[in-house]
Amino acid sequence: MVRVRVPTPLRKFTQGADEVSAQGNTVRALMEDLERQFPGMKERICDETGKVRRFVNVYVNGDDIRFLQNLETSIGEGDNISIVPAIAGGL
Amino acid sequence: MAKPIMAQRSFVQRAAEPKKVESVLDLVGDTPLVEIRKLTRGLPSGVRIFAKLEGCNPGGSVKDRPALKMIRDGIQSGKLSPGKTIIDSTSGNTGIALALIGRILGYPVELVIPSNVSTERKRIITAFGARIIYSDPLEGSDGAIRHCWKILEEEPEKYFKPDQYFNPMNVQAHYETTGPEVYRQTQGEVTHFVAGIGTGGTIMGTGRYLKEKNPKIRIIAVEPDDALHGLEGLKHMASSIVPGIYHEEELDQKINVSTEAAYAMVYRLSQEEGLLVGQSSGAAMHAALGIAKQLQWGTIVTVFPDFGDKYLSTNLWIGWREKMSIGDLQFSI
Repeated sequence: MVRVRVPTPLRKFTQGADEVSAQGNTVRALMEDLERQFPGMKERICDETGKVRRFVNVYVNGDDIRFLQNLETSIGEGDNISIVPAIAGGL
Repeated sequence: MAKPIMAQRSFVQRAAEPKKVESVLDLVGDTPLVEIRKLTRGLPSGVRIFAKLEGCNPGGSVKDRPALKMIRDGIQSGKLSPGKTIIDSTSGNTGIALALIGRILGYPVELVIPSNVSTERKRIITAFGARIIYSDPLEGSDGAIRHCWKILEEEPEKYFKPDQYFNPMNVQAHYETTGPEVYRQTQGEVTHFVAGIGTGGTIMGTGRYLKEKNPKIRIIAVEPDDALHGLEGLKHMASSIVPGIYHEEELDQKINVSTEAAYAMVYRLSQEEGLLVGQSSGAAMHAALGIAKQLQWGTIVTVFPDFGDKYLSTNLWIGWREKMSIGDLQFSI
């Protein structure tokens, strides 16, 4: 199990929770588990081809997965995942 | 409605020579209006789109206008006096404007900013000598608003908060400057005004002025199509703290734009029009073009809130060449 921090715009899927638990050996598997638990969440994070949308950053223990192995980045017990909008909406 | 202009190719008269001013603050406003000529190919000849280049303000964005108005009003009302510090929450452009104005007028500036705003914005603010207080990126701009209120509650005497989301001077700035400029620059021919919603200041103030001049002018707001979006500067109202200055009932229409569509338009503007702008300008242009396609004649004015140089390090430009071949979009390179 890993902890996933959820940004405000996605909390409507998690009943307002800012952090949830999920499982998977890779970020891709984690996304599938998040979708299973919180239907509708994955398509907000990933585009129609399955890639993480450009305006979303996913961090594993503080590192952007774009600089790791993207969706194939391995994750393990106790890792901290954050889903962060790439920009701060609202002026 | 006024008759369409067919023969006259441009309302804009080039100034004989640049303005000579005493202070950089005198350069706020009076921004140029440029016609979008290539992206509008195929539209009826009576349909024209103009963009107001707010990046030409000294702080590099439309936010110079409300920031200056709010600060001057604060000084005039006595709420901002020597010894006080200006504080506000912002995702960047207002912060840059406040940092610049505070530096000139001699007030220290502290800004609460979500840590995920673009690196360029943070660096510009720092270069003007303002202090940045970072808020949680997962909480977005609403988190910055709440964090700022907390700081203010602890030391209310220390600070002056322009409070752009609730300060009527934000709207007034546009009522007094942007509105008259748009009307004058189009010689009263404007039929549609299209602008994004951040605080709502631009659309409310400009819209009110234009409606007073001609109630038939349509006021159209642009917002992101989802709570999770990549349009820095714009707010998805349904999922946000609604600014006190924002009154949706004054709008004629609201258009939702996807991040992908706005980004694609940013690329087209750089490639086809030679205008390197930010993503909120892309969203505004996308909406303006959509409206133009439904018209037989009309003069649409939209606002490009800033230029694109502040976003070159952001995800906006990741893989943009791949994206250029997606869908039915045609590019010139």
